[in-house]
Amino acid sequence: MSVNNQRSFFFNVDWLTVLLYLALCTIGWFNIHAAVFDEKHPSIIDASTNYGKQFIYINVSIVVAIVILLLESRFLTALAPAFYGITVLLLILVLVVGRNVGGNQAWINMGGGFRLQPSEFAKFSTCLLLARYLSSVNIKVTELRSFLIAAAIIGFPMLLIMLQPDTGSTLVFCSLIFVLYREGLSPYFLVISGLLIVLFVVSLLYNPVYVILALVALTALIIFLFRRHRKLIFTMLVGLAISVAFIFSVKFIYSHVLKPHQTERINILLGITTDLKGKGYNVNQSKIAIGSGKLWGKGYLHGTQTKYSFVPEQSTDFIFCTIGEEWGFAGSVVVIGLYLFLILRVIYLAERQRSPFSRIYGYGVASVLFFHVVINIGMTIGVVPVIGIPLPFISYGGSSLLSFTILLFILVKLDSNRMGIV
Amino acid sequence: MNKFFERRYVVTGIFLVIMITLLGRLYYIQIVDDRYTLYANRNVRRIEIQYPARGPILDRYGKILVQNVPIYDITVNPKEVKPFDTLAFCKLLGIDKEGFDKRMIKAIKYSPNKESIFEKQLPFELYASFQEKLTEFPGFYVQRRTVRTYPDSTAAQFLGFIGEVQDRDIERSNGYYRQGDYIGVTGVEKSYEQVLRGQRGVKIQMVDSRGIPKGSFANGAFDTLAHPGERLTSSLDMNLQKLGEKLMKNKLGSIVAIEPSSGEILCYVSSPTYDPNLMVGRERGNNASKLYNDPYNPFFIRPIQAYYPPGSSFKPLSALIAIQEGVITPETMYYCPGYYIAGNRRIPCFHGEVHGAVNLSKAVAESCNGYFDMVFEKLINRNGAKKTDTSFNYWRGNVAKFGLGTKLGLDMPNEGRGNLPRASYYDKVYHKGGWRSSTVISLGIGQGELLATPLQLANIEATIANRGFYYKPHLIKAIGDKQVIKHEYNVKNYVGIDSQYFKPVIDGMESVVDYGTAKGAKIPGIIMCGKTGTAQNRTGKDNSVFVAFAPRDNPKIAIAVVVENAGQGGTWAAPIASFIVEQYLRKSISQRPSGITPDYYINANLLPDLNIYLPERLKERKRDSIRSVRADSIRKVKSDSIKKAAQLKTANNNKSGSLSNLLAGRGAGK
Repeated sequence: MSVNNQRSFFFNVDWLTVLLYLALCTIGWFNIHAAVFDEKHPSIIDASTNYGKQFIYINVSIVVAIVILLLESRFLTALAPAFYGITVLLLILVLVVGRNVGGNQAWINMGGGFRLQPSEFAKFSTCLLLARYLSSVNIKVTELRSFLIAAAIIGFPMLLIMLQPDTGSTLVFCSLIFVLYREGLSPYFLVISGLLIVLFVVSLLYNPVYVILALVALTALIIFLFRRHRKLIFTMLVGLAISVAFIFSVKFIYSHVLKPHQTERINILLGITTDLKGKGYNVNQSKIAIGSGKLWGKGYLHGTQTKYSFVPEQSTDFIFCTIGEEWGFAGSVVVIGLYLFLILRVIYLAERQRSPFSRIYGYGVASVLFFHVVINIGMTIGVVPVIGIPLPFISYGGSSLLSFTILLFILVKLDSNRMGIV
Repeated sequence: MNKFFERRYVVTGIFLVIMITLLGRLYYIQIVDDRYTLYANRNVRRIEIQYPARGPILDRYGKILVQNVPIYDITVNPKEVKPFDTLAFCKLLGIDKEGFDKRMIKAIKYSPNKESIFEKQLPFELYASFQEKLTEFPGFYVQRRTVRTYPDSTAAQFLGFIGEVQDRDIERSNGYYRQGDYIGVTGVEKSYEQVLRGQRGVKIQMVDSRGIPKGSFANGAFDTLAHPGERLTSSLDMNLQKLGEKLMKNKLGSIVAIEPSSGEILCYVSSPTYDPNLMVGRERGNNASKLYNDPYNPFFIRPIQAYYPPGSSFKPLSALIAIQEGVITPETMYYCPGYYIAGNRRIPCFHGEVHGAVNLSKAVAESCNGYFDMVFEKLINRNGAKKTDTSFNYWRGNVAKFGLGTKLGLDMPNEGRGNLPRASYYDKVYHKGGWRSSTVISLGIGQGELLATPLQLANIEATIANRGFYYKPHLIKAIGDKQVIKHEYNVKNYVGIDSQYFKPVIDGMESVVDYGTAKGAKIPGIIMCGKTGTAQNRTGKDNSVFVAFAPRDNPKIAIAVVVENAGQGGTWAAPIASFIVEQYLRKSISQRPSGITPDYYINANLLPDLNIYLPERLKERKRDSIRSVRADSIRKVKSDSIKKAAQLKTANNNKSGSLSNLLAGRGAGK
């Protein structure tokens, strides 16, 4: 059986996922070409330009993907703690010797003009260790101890990345709550997290006193309607107490924990302040770029917002502007469709695994991809605050492309081996 | 599979809902909301207006009266200004720190990050020295424009000037003009604005986020070229015009000369005049206010706005109407005792001269008031002494055919009508039936309420020269290569006098110059037919008037000259007219038997004493109107100062009582 598997292992690879991956990489490459098009170096494979470099990164990533596919699955499981350890060490190292780019101490110089971003690699190593831990015998996330350890596995790299400080990458790890949920975490966690986000926004928009009064009234109504259910009454009261405490802490978080540029971004998103020339410039120009694309877009290399550099960082965090502007709503639908297809495919792959390890890892991949896509596209169209995280496979950047490739292809590898015993 | 298997649907559901929300939002901003396309276009498209060069204006022989020269505006983009040596900057431009701040604040108010004009109209020399140091002043730029220049500094009242558009012009133009554009304000610049301005072009540039041009939009498919304004050929003879202006130096008055065979105006002098170049450039504001404050009012366009009593120069016309109407024949004799008795009034001939027995030609030659009073009385009393109304209006209609009391349709703005009263006017003043021919007898000799512009006077001469018709006078003879300006300028306007009746009148006019009141102005070898006028003034000396045409056969030029407060027509106006006529016909001026030379007239100063010129009451008013003038707002001031000036002028030139003053004032005010 295992001999058979080894021989036919390329046939067991989920080619659909690989195809989706290649499609997204190609879309990214062409859009980077459009975003930073240089008339002096028009060729898309000219290595002196970012699109030429991205071409190299794509090739390197494909090589890495093939290497991963050739590895023993067991190797990945066994070395999960080692990967995690190395990443943590790199995350500590970056705080000491890292290069500060744009206020974030996130890069380690590798020489030869290449730089490494450890936080990118922390994503798959955390997923690996989390999968490894949760798939161990007798570990149930419903138990407090197990939950706390799982939370610590996720929280430790978050803490280190927070110190850089790279808020965007830190928040990515929050998406792993879906993994824990799938493995049995109480749904209340999801509901409560959702409610807390809503409360956060509401208490920023309205006077906290009114918000609390409204909450008290709502609680009273629910208690009155379900007065027979004692347990519910208790839960509601606890919930109310926590909410009130949270509302008061929002102001504190807002003025003491978050940095001024972060509160500013949230204010702009919520329409509390408008500053189209300053802080709100990026998002406004990004919306103009996407909005002016209309149905079919302005055509490849014909986006005026793109060509004449109205949107900053357009090859990296704001790459979706180029898609929206030059390919229009049609292009946006295609790209989002590809992502959705890929994420659902990943969930499908995860669910068809025999081993819990593979499944848990698969959910990790889906969650991380989902979070990146939603936050990145959301910020370019002004529905979430500006958080600088890349669009998977599409944004310019070697570290990001490589880490997403590794993240995805570990799953493809695990899946190709799903019949074998890990 | 484990027991939480079904949770995959929850996770999938959440992912789906959120992704679809994103798509919904994208649908809204990409498909539903159209604003973003507008914003994107506003970001990258910079619409540059290509200003065409304004058309030049030539004289009848192709000499340049006005053309364009480049001038340089300094613009500033406040956003791009970085600290620099303001002192050196101010010194270079010749402004002080205060002026600098004022301009800067104005620019920032206009827009903190768009270019606006900082200083206008730098001459080339200043531009050159500024351009050298431009790099030291970040945010400042130089913009090239063209302005008018007048190589011979002549014909200011004909040419007029251009100025920045006012809000009113912008409104009226349906958005054609924009703030800062230039438009013809007076003269030919105004009346031919649409031809002169040309057609503006538009260039749509693509700019990047820093405003740097990145090429044209859609390869220039939506760009339009600017078409320069048309070249206008005026009918003026520049040499004649310059001679006329010289002759009228230090005098008030006007010369209008017309080519009878076409109606083309050859000479259009308004004195005092000014150098049209003063109304261009950085000193324009100061110059303009100085000119407005000039009590002799150089902006007053005397050829078409000043109303003068024609005086005796009206007599040939009177005679023509009388013959045509059959109340006299050329042979009708009249014995002049040196005065005429009309009703209970006794009207003396000039200086009480006794002319004795005169026929028509002699009456014209000797300017016998008695003869023409007789003629006028006959016309007005033809239906009986009490039925003056109908016969007066009939007479008025005959006079009006010569273009008096009406606009001649000159291709210039602000043309005046003069004044030719109706019977109803006298009905109002004297009650119906309360006036007789004797009441209005002075009209018969061109005085009283009768007022005409120099243009109207010249046009009468052109009509006599043509023996019965005139072409409407005009100043522009060709637009570009097109010779026809307006159809109406090619139409003969008949005045209702048969050509055979002109001979005796012209005989008389010939005699005027040959041996009569204008004999000093005789030109050897050219038969000039003319008529002097010495129109009395309430204040100051009489206006000297002379009208003429020459040569007698196949006339080439008809002319009217008015010199205000100068005395007799034969003394000043006639010699001046003779120089113009000879200059036009011969291109040179010969030795005169009378010994007169142009230099004598050029050097004479006949400007009236201001204390006499401006009655106390009017001086006060004039000062008020000046005070309300802001130096830079030429337009606002123009219309009402001209109105006031017109009132002032007519009041001043009109001797016959306050009633006609009021009337003339009202007429001009309309």
